[in-house]
Amino acid sequence: MLAYIIKRLLFAIPILLGVNFITFALFFGVNTPDNMARAQLGAKQTTPEMIAAWKADRGYDKPLFYNQNAQGMNHVVDTLFVQESAKLFQFDFGRSDSGRQISADIQERMWPSLAIALPTFVIGLFTNIAVALLLVLFRASLLDRAAMVAAVILMSISGLFYIIAAQVLFGKMLHWVPISGYESGWSMWKFIILPVFIGVLAGVGSGVRWYRSIFLEEIHKDYVRSARAKGLSEIQVLFKHLLKNGMLPILTGVVVVIPTLFMGSLIMESFFGIPGLGSYTIDAIQSQDFSIVKAMVFLGSVLYIVGLILTDIAYSWFDPRVRLR
Amino acid sequence: MARMSLRSYLIAFCVLLSLIPVTASAGFFGIWNIPYDSSEMESKTLFSSFSSPPKHLDPVISYNSNEWSIISQIYEPPLQYHYLKRPYTLEPLTLQKMPEVRYLNADLQEVGAEDPQVAYSEYNFELKHAIRFQPHPAFALLKNGHFRYLDLTAEQLHGIDSPSDFTYQSTRELIADDYIYAIKRMALRQNHSPILDAMKQYIVGLDEFSEKMTAAYSQLLKQNSSSKDTTFFDLRDKSIKGIQAIDKYRYKILVKGVYPQFLYWLSMNFFAPIPWEAVRFYKQRPLLEKNLTLDTYPVGTGAFYLAENNPNRRMRLLRNSNFSHETYPNDGLAENADPALLSDAGKPLPFLDEVVYSLEKESVPLWNKFLQGYYDASGVGSDSFDQAVSVSSSGSMSLTTAMKEKGIQFLNEVEPTIFYFGFNMADPVVGGYDEKHRKLRQAVSIAINFEEYISIFLNGRGLAAQSPIPPGIFGHQNGEAGVNPYVYEWQQGRPQRKSIDEAKRLLAEAGYPDGKDSDGSSLKLYYDTAATGPDSKALLNWYRKQFAKLGIELVIRATDYNRFQDKVRGAKVQMFSWGWNADYPDPENFLFLLYGGNAAINTNGSGINSSNYDNPEFDRLFLRMKTLQNGPERLEIIEQMLEMLRKDAPWAWGFSPKSLALYHAWLQNMWANPLANNTLKYKNVDVQQRLNALQQWNQPVVWPLILAVILLILLVVPVRHAYKRRQNQTLSVNDKGVN
Amino acid sequence: MSLVFLWTDLLIWILFGAVVFGLHSIKKSKQARKQWREIFESPIAMASAVILSVYVLIGLTDSIHLKFNQENRWAPAGYENQVLSPLDLSLWHLVKNQERTYSAPFASHEYSRSILYDENGQVQQVYRPLKFAAVHLENPDNRQVLWQDLIKKSGIALLAAFLLTLVVFVFHGYFRVRAYVKRDIRVKPKRLPWNWGYLTLFLLLAVMSILYYLSHFYHVLGTDKVGEDVFYQAMKSIRTGVVIGTLTTLVMLPLALFLGISAGYFKGWIDDVIQYLYTTLNSIPGVLLIAAAVLVMQSWIAQHPADFGSSEQRADLRLLFLVFILGMTSWTGLCRLLRAETLKISQLEYIQSAKAFGMGGMHLIYKHILPNLLHLVLIAVVLDFSGLVLAEAVLSYVGVGVDPTTYSWGNMINQARLEMAREPMVWWSLLSAFIFMFILVLAANLFADRVQWVLNPRNS
Repeated sequence: MLAYIIKRLLFAIPILLGVNFITFALFFGVNTPDNMARAQLGAKQTTPEMIAAWKADRGYDKPLFYNQNAQGMNHVVDTLFVQESAKLFQFDFGRSDSGRQISADIQERMWPSLAIALPTFVIGLFTNIAVALLLVLFRASLLDRAAMVAAVILMSISGLFYIIAAQVLFGKMLHWVPISGYESGWSMWKFIILPVFIGVLAGVGSGVRWYRSIFLEEIHKDYVRSARAKGLSEIQVLFKHLLKNGMLPILTGVVVVIPTLFMGSLIMESFFGIPGLGSYTIDAIQSQDFSIVKAMVFLGSVLYIVGLILTDIAYSWFDPRVRLR
Repeated sequence: MARMSLRSYLIAFCVLLSLIPVTASAGFFGIWNIPYDSSEMESKTLFSSFSSPPKHLDPVISYNSNEWSIISQIYEPPLQYHYLKRPYTLEPLTLQKMPEVRYLNADLQEVGAEDPQVAYSEYNFELKHAIRFQPHPAFALLKNGHFRYLDLTAEQLHGIDSPSDFTYQSTRELIADDYIYAIKRMALRQNHSPILDAMKQYIVGLDEFSEKMTAAYSQLLKQNSSSKDTTFFDLRDKSIKGIQAIDKYRYKILVKGVYPQFLYWLSMNFFAPIPWEAVRFYKQRPLLEKNLTLDTYPVGTGAFYLAENNPNRRMRLLRNSNFSHETYPNDGLAENADPALLSDAGKPLPFLDEVVYSLEKESVPLWNKFLQGYYDASGVGSDSFDQAVSVSSSGSMSLTTAMKEKGIQFLNEVEPTIFYFGFNMADPVVGGYDEKHRKLRQAVSIAINFEEYISIFLNGRGLAAQSPIPPGIFGHQNGEAGVNPYVYEWQQGRPQRKSIDEAKRLLAEAGYPDGKDSDGSSLKLYYDTAATGPDSKALLNWYRKQFAKLGIELVIRATDYNRFQDKVRGAKVQMFSWGWNADYPDPENFLFLLYGGNAAINTNGSGINSSNYDNPEFDRLFLRMKTLQNGPERLEIIEQMLEMLRKDAPWAWGFSPKSLALYHAWLQNMWANPLANNTLKYKNVDVQQRLNALQQWNQPVVWPLILAVILLILLVVPVRHAYKRRQNQTLSVNDKGVN
Repeated sequence: MSLVFLWTDLLIWILFGAVVFGLHSIKKSKQARKQWREIFESPIAMASAVILSVYVLIGLTDSIHLKFNQENRWAPAGYENQVLSPLDLSLWHLVKNQERTYSAPFASHEYSRSILYDENGQVQQVYRPLKFAAVHLENPDNRQVLWQDLIKKSGIALLAAFLLTLVVFVFHGYFRVRAYVKRDIRVKPKRLPWNWGYLTLFLLLAVMSILYYLSHFYHVLGTDKVGEDVFYQAMKSIRTGVVIGTLTTLVMLPLALFLGISAGYFKGWIDDVIQYLYTTLNSIPGVLLIAAAVLVMQSWIAQHPADFGSSEQRADLRLLFLVFILGMTSWTGLCRLLRAETLKISQLEYIQSAKAFGMGGMHLIYKHILPNLLHLVLIAVVLDFSGLVLAEAVLSYVGVGVDPTTYSWGNMINQARLEMAREPMVWWSLLSAFIFMFILVLAANLFADRVQWVLNPRNS
């Protein structure tokens, strides 16, 4: 097991290098360091001396991938790409273009993101499974069919609509919750309740359909019949057998998502003014702050790979037939 | 029976459930949607917002109005603008009186102001006594007289998120050296001062000092191979030739030549005092790693200090307990101002205990929260304009009844800003100074109907410009005398834009009859813009329509802001829109946008004359005008300059925006002063009135919640029923032995 | 008058050709015919297919671009040298009838009051009457008059819709009768739910023709901030939605097929490289990758302004790039599926033995592997469609969507969401965009559902 994890982690290195390469190529395709300097120093009367000083400050005066002026290995090593990548692999994200420590910012903004994403994920998972089980219980009835139509309709509505409509209805007209904002600690709940509700609602359509199809596949299997034959009630069958056996396919889809919950939701956070990593990323994209984007891409990739590894582990844990090598 | 009891149990449970939020929020005055901590609502706190996180709070680099709106409350430069007076007037802030100016010749002998031999001006400053910095750990001393917090470790910082969290805080009196230290910091290239290059031209010895110190500092950094953020470079014993501390409270600055605008610079935060202790304190790695720097937690002498800085969510200013050197102004009320503005005259400042800025990126929640009473003041977006403001039959603005019922009040003021539509004078098609090209530009100037622009996109909150000088600045004239005769006619007591036929005639004379080029194809002009926001599509369509009126095809080249700037700097644009915000209320600050010496093509892109207007006669008058005092002579020169500009039409003039601020009745001493940034200290809040209004406006509407709960219960019953039936069904099937 | 081909036009017509070719080959293959019949046996699938084809048809009419020379009698007055599509021509009255600012659906006056100078130079604040809406009514403020007019005109439109449906019915009936006569008497295929198809068609035509007819007299869905007709915007947005939904999968298909099959068939280091490639791309958070790529594309366009003659071409190229970028980020999922399936198929005995007999790799792939992957491809195409249409809206919100001058639902929503803060709310732009989008996405989802159900071998 441990050997397997280590092996997978080693495999992650070339992938992360590739990811870095893509981000660098894309970002410096857009922006020259001169541009970044000007954007940071402001539009009013920026002189070349100021720009040079700024670039030197950031290490952006080095060439991107190949240093002609260096010797030997330094052709490649003394470049922006290698220097910055090396730092990233030590999780040293450096400073943003405006001079703040990115690691400190990420640590701080991670929590609001989790405060939204985790409840949305957990409540969403439970709701979806519960509704799916209910529908399996009433399979092929009017309720089932109506619910399926409702699910497709829910799926077909743009997520933006949910957000805009809910904000107008619950925030502006009914005064139930603050329209936007965030507060840490106990008073947090009134800020997160609406985003969580919307998140669950927006996901319920596709979620229920997916879980329902998983359960329906299971319900025709022999063990379900024999369980029924033993005289178990339908509810017992559902919870004891169906849920347990449906867990495997559910896990493959779900575990990989868990680490990426840290990244937050781009749209939700910026609509509700929640200071999480999602809005951090959007701001960085819009202000073209390369240091932050690069850090977030790297972090996202790491979390994704962790998710893949976790999935494998969970798989072997639930299904003894699967062995990790 | 069993089912009945279950149902009643469920109902009871759900009713209880729905009561939870009600009871839980009963403590918060019975309303659910307070976006703040409720204790803040009961103290003298002002609630405001910021739309994008301020990047820099270090006065050496910050040059941006949203940053200044915060740091100006904290830092105190020597001068400030009088809160109430019109026209904008400077007054001493930390000085005993306005600086005294002596004019010196090349041998540093005093001469008269008008003497042609004047080579230097010497500014003398004398500070008020007993001004003290805010409480701060940087000043805290040990018993042996050493600084307490100089070798901080990460462990010591556990649980510390802002400088106010340190146990020991102390202060120090403000001295002349603090002001000089700020200028020395500016000289270090590593600090990225945006005005260093401008100031080098004026302050004697700054150039030399800057070069030497920058080199010395980078030498030091290289030696220790350390970062500038953690290396303190002591500037106390170094001195700039033209700046001198006379004693503890007095200092003087020697400025090259005559430069009356220098005083305006002294009201800006670049010249605010910086205590060296704070600079050294913040250069510690553990602090840096927690984002505690001079750039995030300023140290000043102002009425407030920054207690919490979370640029991702909110910033909190608290009253500076050491502040006692200022009182509310006694006089200077402008002509049409509300006399109630003087009711606090002579009282010690500030009135507020706390100011909370919350991050609000979207305009929709900002406006809605203002209406709910959670922000004390707000601008008005063009989308909420009709709801808030109506224009009376006399053309003046007033609030709608809905707003009046809420007790909301408003202020409006033309800002000292110009948004212009520029031609690139170096462009072969639209540029050039001959009759033909001039007429093309004049025709376009007539065709782009900025009155319509203002009415559609700004709801009338703007003033179409007649020249580069906006109202409120010397050189601007109201009425017929100030009208641009090439674009307008004076009719019925107001300027009337010339007809489109007139523009077509000019266009034909320019060689493009009906917008057709000599080969019969329609003239194609290029407009560069960085506009990509939600509103931009309508805006760009509108521009296209303006040119279509003349038969000209407008090709829009939209890019991101960086690229746009690049193109403007490289003079690679044909037409573009840009704006300029006054640094100080002097015509020089606007006319230099068209001074040939500032043209982008003449300065390798660093000049701000983006139109590349280069007229030797204009340039000569500009240099003359620059050093004159405001008066008839200056006005006459300005008039001549404006006539040249209007004729050559390097801009299609554009407009000056009108700021419009709404505020609730509980906010007092509100007055619009676009140049003064440090105005929070004058403002006051009636807390009880606010609480009452909030309670009245934010009662939750509960019935849909109850309805939803009941519906849910009603849904449970048939489902349960259906389940029972289903269970029996499967059982009966099984009984029959089908399986 | 000359034809102008924008890049996306070209691609969309190529795609159209491919679809026609595909239909033709379905007709020839017995098994495929049976499968498709089965798909259409569901009334919902039939109705969705009708809706989808109407959307696609509108998209197609908007994908023929004509450039009018100076003196052309077909050219709408005043807009020579404009590039226009047949859709533009048929909605020309809406382009021409631009108001000044907001007006509600079927309104006769502007939505908000504005300042007006009367003859004496006095300022007044009034609701200005609209220039082009409800001008045929003498007293449009009277609700009853308005309603009567609406009902009368709707009646005419309804009749037209009915006739149109009838035409389609007769036309289609001819082929059905012919097929009926020629049919094999021994086979009794299940009847297809044509009645559902016709019902949907009629309803759709009815709504469209009412809206269209009334649009000559009113702004049926209101106008936006600069007075542009929202109905026109929503109709023009259809093309963008359809282009993004269909072309994206078209451009990613060859890559996904090529790499997926190569990885599964050749295994070894080829497999390793391809797996590395898609894992790397996959592990970058999607929005970030798209945003970065779109920014690169924008700057590239900005640096080469000379390559783009008109703003239409620029906007079109941006749309094309967006399609490519979306394709680049979405091929990985399908590629992985294809790889797994190819692995499975190439283990099968008959493939193994074909290999043993020396059958060439390419031939084998073409003859035996590719046909067995087609159902996966088809499912992926229909499933991706709705997601892509929705994604466009979100991307436009983040600011990395289509060109701001392109009509799209995302742009409409992005502009309109600020209008929700107005009091009273300006709801029509937002709602129109959402409804037009919703219908398309719903139909696509329902159809995809059915396709997946029928083609999935596990369901048989």
